[in-house]
Amino acid sequence: MAFGPFLLLALMEGLVTAAVLALAAAGLSLVFGVMRVVNVAHGEFYMLGAVLAWAVTTMIPGPPALAFLAAVIIAPLLVAALAAAADGLILKRLNYDPEATIVATIGLLYILQQAALSLYGPNANPVTAPFEWRIQLPWFGYSGYKLFVVFAAGMVLLALWLFMNRTKAGLVMRATQVDRTTAQAFGINVDRVYMGTFALGAGLAALAGVLVVPIQQAQYLMGHDPLLLSFIVVIIGGLGSLRGTLIAALVIGLSDGVISMFFTPTLAKILATLLVAMVLVFRPQGLFGAKA
Amino acid sequence: MAALIESRNLALHFGGLKAVDGVDFTLQPGEIHGLIGPNGAGKTTFVSLLSGRRLPQSGTIHLAGEDITRLPAHLRVRRGIAYTFQITSIFPRLSVFDNVALAVQSQGVSDLSGKTLAALARVGLEGLEEQEAQTLSYGHQRLLELAMGLALNPKLLILDEPTQGLAASEIQGFKDLVRSLVPATTVLLIEHNMEVVMDLATRITVLTFGRVLASGTPAEIRANPSVQEAYLGA
Amino acid sequence: MTGNSSKVWMLHLALLAVLFSAQYWLSPYNVTNLSRIMVLAVFAMGYNLAFGYTGLLSLGHALLLGAGMYAAGLPAQLWGWSAGPAFIAGIAGGGLVAAALGLLALRTAGVSFMIVTLMFAQAGYLTLLYFAPVTGGDDGFAVVATSRTLMGFDLSTDTPRFLAALMIFAVGLLASLALVRSPFGRTMVAMRENEERSRMLGYNPFTVKLAALTISGLYAGAAGAAYAILFGYVGASFATIQYSILPMLYVLLGGAGTTLGPFLGALLMFALIEAATGITTAHQFIVGAALVVLVLFAPKGILGTIRERWVRWLP
Repeated sequence: MAFGPFLLLALMEGLVTAAVLALAAAGLSLVFGVMRVVNVAHGEFYMLGAVLAWAVTTMIPGPPALAFLAAVIIAPLLVAALAAAADGLILKRLNYDPEATIVATIGLLYILQQAALSLYGPNANPVTAPFEWRIQLPWFGYSGYKLFVVFAAGMVLLALWLFMNRTKAGLVMRATQVDRTTAQAFGINVDRVYMGTFALGAGLAALAGVLVVPIQQAQYLMGHDPLLLSFIVVIIGGLGSLRGTLIAALVIGLSDGVISMFFTPTLAKILATLLVAMVLVFRPQGLFGAKA
Repeated sequence: MAALIESRNLALHFGGLKAVDGVDFTLQPGEIHGLIGPNGAGKTTFVSLLSGRRLPQSGTIHLAGEDITRLPAHLRVRRGIAYTFQITSIFPRLSVFDNVALAVQSQGVSDLSGKTLAALARVGLEGLEEQEAQTLSYGHQRLLELAMGLALNPKLLILDEPTQGLAASEIQGFKDLVRSLVPATTVLLIEHNMEVVMDLATRITVLTFGRVLASGTPAEIRANPSVQEAYLGA
Repeated sequence: MTGNSSKVWMLHLALLAVLFSAQYWLSPYNVTNLSRIMVLAVFAMGYNLAFGYTGLLSLGHALLLGAGMYAAGLPAQLWGWSAGPAFIAGIAGGGLVAAALGLLALRTAGVSFMIVTLMFAQAGYLTLLYFAPVTGGDDGFAVVATSRTLMGFDLSTDTPRFLAALMIFAVGLLASLALVRSPFGRTMVAMRENEERSRMLGYNPFTVKLAALTISGLYAGAAGAAYAILFGYVGASFATIQYSILPMLYVLLGGAGTTLGPFLGALLMFALIEAATGITTAHQFIVGAALVVLVLFAPKGILGTIRERWVRWLP
């Protein structure tokens, strides 16, 4: 294959990565922005989304499209409910102290991962894509489902943006983000906002997991890379900034697609982690965030 | 005699707010200098610039002839500028002894225990050294803060509203203590309690809107019509 | 104070005496376990100096453990260094990497510090994988037998290994006790309690924290090197995030900011997992649940709670 088509393929793969990443990272960013909580267990919510999608599609008989549609709805809801419970039982009792919540979510990460291993097992299992279209380009064929993932992620993010900026619930969340105490003084139930935010953040990660599972099989350790990449995206995009998160997800996703065609994935990851560390040290507002 | 502290045209603006706006200020060795002014006049910001907690946007500060305008705060402390906080800032979970020992040992570790107990005795906190600092009464916490300042053995001691929250009986003891410091230590005193300032200070500087309104002896300040208008008479 | 001082030293020496006697009344299997626990406790003591005393909540100490392990293991492997020099190289490796980490990471604080240390440690781990032909990657390599002897003693046999581990642990424990009771120990605690006030007492927080983190790195390096030499294995798996979490768990369990907490935490956690092995293989679940329970219900850990309630003089 010539270089041009090869690069096109790399960019398309990168776009899919970027789309999934943007969903997961938006959840992480939302939780950090509103609650100031760094959720280390975020990758496990992604993993649970994928594993639950497998469980739902195996349990529901009928055409793949229908089973998958059920998974898209059920899996994120279950994960969101789990996250809401974790918020009420753990994070709220810690008063959302930043350092204590990190330790607690590390604990949560271990618990969820072990639960998946014990209940689901160590194997990777595939989920059938809801449809099998292939788009034939002059140089290569491309999975229609992958393009659907990009489209779906875009729609969800648009909906998220509308929700945050056009609805009363979104306004309440943004108000809480700006000033928790004042929000409380204006009669906003901050506890409920936090629980809802944590559930929404986890639900977005789970949805990303559901969308990715027909491309990449469901496995109990699969949350590790998305967690790392989401961290990278959120930090480079500027902590708590949704717009920055989207730009960074595109940059990271596309460059990941391109770089891993030319370098080994390990080297790419080394460079990415070092970049994140350096950004936090020397430009804590993020590369795309507004100057503080 | 050479000035201990000399600031020239010192300024720090926060956006449109001119917290400190071109202050020329001279502090002679051995004096007790009162710094007064209405709320928001820039007193605390000004002494933050002297102590290095904030850096000015323009102007210079000299300590005994040496330019310290850009010197980091901890190095100014080592050169003899001690600052006691307006809002009591102690180590709440450490013992009273450890609080003061931290100040003593930053000057050197010889006879640590002796010097620490001496500083505590000086403010009248002897016998409380084993107690956890956060369990002290508010008045005692203020005295602890003062003991930490004294233990630094400073050339200049900046006291930011030291009598705030003290009982009348404690204020007399405080005044005696401050008088006993000079001339070895120069004292710069931000104070709202006029009776205390007029009684203690050898000279007074009045700040309003980040600028020096007047400077002189307590009697001169009392007689100054613009001070009366801006501050005392208001 | 002086009365307490002798009590404190007696308590620590008594613990060391009990540990020394353990070789006579524990089964060989448990003697080996105890050797392992003491080495891990050295690592946790180093973590405690940074986190428990200085307030630096690091998520990157696996990097320092790995640095010590490889700084000892690679010279042994490549150039046949003997146990003594290899161990010293390991300590130095841990300290140097910690100093470099501190120079960068200590420009941040709190949550940023946690993420930065996590990222640097992750980069370090990936680097070990990248150079797998030399480092052995996740599989690691066995340390050659000639590098596991010290002054004629074969450190791969039970008793010499136990005594060597005890020696390292004893030096680490007594040094940490002396350190936290020294003026510098007081300065470290001042950083944890009120950094701004410390600055206005004439301390440069950056240099104090850098020194504390470097000392912490020396401990981690010693532990990594000891593990390589005493247990004969070097591998990148010791540089994974798990080994940044473990010392934090030990310290939280035993009591952050107590000299004996790291050992107690390591011992109890080891025993807990050992006891649970008969019932379940879900080790990770125990670790995770322990973290959540501790942070929720006992943030001061065992010895921290005991000190607060009953034994005020506990260091």
